[in-house]
Amino acid sequence: MAVQKVDMSVDLGFFRLTNPVLTASGTFGYGIEMMPFVELKKLGGVVTKGLYFEPREGNPPPRLVEVTAGLLNAIGLPGIGVKAFIRDILPRLREEKATVIVNVCGETVEEYVKVVRCLDEAEGIAFYELNISCPNVEEEGRCPALNPQATYSVVSRVKKAAQRPIVTKLSPNVTDIALIARAAEEAGSDALSLVNTFLGLAVNVETRRPKLANVYGGLSGPAIKPLALRLVYQTVQAVNIPVIGLGGIVTGYDALEFLSVGARAVQIGTANFFDPQATLRIIQEMEEFCREHNISRIEDFIGSFRI
Amino acid sequence: MEREVCLVQAKILEKYKWGQYILFYLFAPEISKLAKPGQFVMIRVSEQFIPLLRRPFSLMSVDPSEGRIAIFFQIVGRGTSRLSQYSPGESLSLIGPLGQGYSLSVLKPGDKVILVGGGRGIAPLFFLAQQLKEKKIRVMIFYGGKSAQDLPLKSLIEEELGVEELVLATEDGSLGEKGLVTEVLERKEIWPRIERVYVCGPEAMMRKIARMIEVWGVPGEFSLETYMGCGLGICWSCVRRIKKANSWSWVKICEEGPVFPGEVIKWEED
Repeated sequence: MAVQKVDMSVDLGFFRLTNPVLTASGTFGYGIEMMPFVELKKLGGVVTKGLYFEPREGNPPPRLVEVTAGLLNAIGLPGIGVKAFIRDILPRLREEKATVIVNVCGETVEEYVKVVRCLDEAEGIAFYELNISCPNVEEEGRCPALNPQATYSVVSRVKKAAQRPIVTKLSPNVTDIALIARAAEEAGSDALSLVNTFLGLAVNVETRRPKLANVYGGLSGPAIKPLALRLVYQTVQAVNIPVIGLGGIVTGYDALEFLSVGARAVQIGTANFFDPQATLRIIQEMEEFCREHNISRIEDFIGSFRI
Repeated sequence: MEREVCLVQAKILEKYKWGQYILFYLFAPEISKLAKPGQFVMIRVSEQFIPLLRRPFSLMSVDPSEGRIAIFFQIVGRGTSRLSQYSPGESLSLIGPLGQGYSLSVLKPGDKVILVGGGRGIAPLFFLAQQLKEKKIRVMIFYGGKSAQDLPLKSLIEEELGVEELVLATEDGSLGEKGLVTEVLERKEIWPRIERVYVCGPEAMMRKIARMIEVWGVPGEFSLETYMGCGLGICWSCVRRIKKANSWSWVKICEEGPVFPGEVIKWEED
């Protein structure tokens, strides 16, 4: 007797998601831009574009270039700032009954704390995702995610200040992901998400110059999926807090690969650019897989990977 | 930011090819009803991952009564090359209409306007001319390219648009007047009688025209071409310097453009 209805909800411990599919920060705007294509409440959650305290301009163009099965970007985290988000965007996301996860940025540890305190005052946010891949102006532009001490320092400070749970988003550009993951866990992070983009370079051979104005950019899209999956698997083994996996997910099968290695949820990024309904399609495809394989709860599939 | 935009599968009805230039007529009734001249659609050129991203195309013409739209493009890279391989009967995933188009409401019947298209830049102006004709605006089109083969829409313009004057310009003199379309435009000395200029083409051409019409005090609208990641305002990649409240900001071309008045555009120098 085949399963008719699959329970797609997943428990992060501090929050139960209606399904494991979230949007990845920076690939879904602030959510409302995608309302012509996606009923936001059908998603596990909407992770907003990264927010600093003040509005930001971002990098000069070219900011994005397509590469084989992926894209390289150096957008530079432009945005409207946290106050405009709370005033203009959040009420509309609440109206849509979206599960809102705010991605928090900072040029300094103080700024992260300031953004989180500001958001704490607002209603209608489920939890925060901490973007620790922002260049830190006090550390010569190095981002906290590359170093366990810096990771510990920013996560512990924000965790002490924040009234909501925190997911720390990790960078893949490190030699030992377990070391950074444990530092974030010890600092009190409630969960981890990974991976952010892989640092890359693309050259225009006609001009012998970089294709991006910023020279280097972050690689995302299907090209990075196996790289991301390896890091997610190793992170799951290294920590006891929930892990959210992302990196190149385009189909339900891709998402299931991440869940199988122990991710409790996934984020969809680059796929939104070419398929604005990718998130909904992926939920459907995962559900279909479960029905076909007699899995009544998606949680039963999580961590089912065996070597 | 709520907007009427559709994600549709559009069947290719007809295809025409002139060297590197392709014209597709597609069946997309929803888009044909909503579209305005200067707006664009994002097309997924492959269901595989190479190329990965959609490509933006200006709408070249729209026929809401038949549910048809047209796109006209030049094969310039991997995406357009792949797109050129599709045949009538096949379907493409389209998102549109997107962006802010040319403004027509400022014009009244009998006004005279100039449309300047360089190469594939003629596409949105064709659609614009269709609508200007309905409004009984007097239209003069300047259509320029390197040589005769870069002006494949000449016959279609003559047959369908009924414009007051069509001036052709080629750099090698193989069709129409010899020289850059901007040089031909300058020689005509027609500015005092012109209400508005609508432009789409290479950056250098548009920049020259912007400076020309500034001197003459004629307002102009320019459709900018940029690399676009999504066309939906979510990737933040297609920015240019646009003047807002007296300062230059990075503005998303897909959302606030692609059409802008000349005076707010910061032109790229050679």
